[in-house]
Amino acid sequence: MRIVPIVSAIIAVSAGIIVLLGYFVSIEPLPGLRLLLIDWGIIIAGMAVLVGIFNLVAVQMEKIRTRQKGGVYGALLVLSLIITFGFGLLLGPDNPFMRMAVDAVIVPVEAALMAMLAVTLIYASIRLFRRRRDAMSVLFLVAAVVFMLAMMPTPFGPIPGDWFILLVEGAIARGGARGLLIGIALGTLLTGLRVMIGVDRPYGDN
Amino acid sequence: MIALGLLGFAAVLLLGLTLWRRRSPAILRPIDAYERLNRAVGLAVENGTRLHISLGRGNLFTARGGSALAGLAMLRRLAERTSASDRPPIVTSGDASLTILSQDTLHSGYRAAGAEEQYRFSTGRLTGLTPFSYAAGTMTVEHDENVSANVVIGDLGAESALIAEASDRENSSLIAASDDLSAQAIFYASSQEPLIGEELFAAGAYVGAGASHEASLQVQDILRWLIIVAILAGSFLKFLGMI
Repeated sequence: MRIVPIVSAIIAVSAGIIVLLGYFVSIEPLPGLRLLLIDWGIIIAGMAVLVGIFNLVAVQMEKIRTRQKGGVYGALLVLSLIITFGFGLLLGPDNPFMRMAVDAVIVPVEAALMAMLAVTLIYASIRLFRRRRDAMSVLFLVAAVVFMLAMMPTPFGPIPGDWFILLVEGAIARGGARGLLIGIALGTLLTGLRVMIGVDRPYGDN
Repeated sequence: MIALGLLGFAAVLLLGLTLWRRRSPAILRPIDAYERLNRAVGLAVENGTRLHISLGRGNLFTARGGSALAGLAMLRRLAERTSASDRPPIVTSGDASLTILSQDTLHSGYRAAGAEEQYRFSTGRLTGLTPFSYAAGTMTVEHDENVSANVVIGDLGAESALIAEASDRENSSLIAASDDLSAQAIFYASSQEPLIGEELFAAGAYVGAGASHEASLQVQDILRWLIIVAILAGSFLKFLGMI
């Protein structure tokens, strides 16, 4: 019989129950234990970031070694990572060089991707009718366009009846969004419960 | 105390219904996206292409971790079913803890299918730690790895548009769901069969992950009815001026 899955399930289930009870029951030592377990979790998650970065490097190194497509980009990524990580350790995150690496490279690259996102979204809406020609798609696009017209500033001032559009469509949108969020909350609750009672065990070789 | 009582009630219902569902499996209403997913899995094994599963960037220390856990349950079943394939599925995520769990889940799936030697750690990948770096890394996987179907299930934001666009450019199927409302709107516009709201959490039940997943759908339905009754009763009492 394999021991690891049993031990890991016992640890996960008991930690889950202690943390949950710590939220609702303020009898010592539950709240203190909850904080302690969360602190341990945060430390482990911090270490997991290092493991994740190692995974990123290992995958790119394998790409380079086996001469796969995109290996050159992989090499560039590993090189940049080593340089910034090394300088970050030596100089600290507040050093002007490190600030420059963030402000002059990472922020503009993310901003460029965000700009691409706007174009991608418009393109996706145009192609919606190519994929599905049904009443819901028409409603989706009409609602989006009308709502945007009512919200955005125009050179001629607000469009007539914008308050009515925002009132009616806003109420429907808010109601729909709340309904979706209640559904998601219920799904999250049940998923958490499955993990907490040990029915789902996405850890420890189960 | 009410919240704790509700949690206890949901847990008891879940356990009870799981035991019941083990004896009599549920009949689920058809959801087009999950039918497409089941077809895509079979197709990927037959024609030697890959399945790409992206679990988003849901941090397990926040409420957003729920969708990631739902994705992991689905992944476990998909790993078992595709273990016979020449090209194993690739799993990407934007959170380090989630990456480690995805590797563990893949490993377990392969072991359960008796194909442990097929498992490679490089099939569970961290593609980036910020939303856009995660999207950029995921897009390259869709482009480079001979992917025939992309399953994107988890916590994603607006960056999901880039992932959906890359999938469309590669002519691969996209089965996508997110717990984020903006990502849901994006997936509604960019996938053939969109998954809305809590349909994300039905993934496990629809890929055959077991009785507990079917029971959890039933508990969700029961709780939903309770919430509807509570909202209607609250509105009525408010209307009467009693609260």
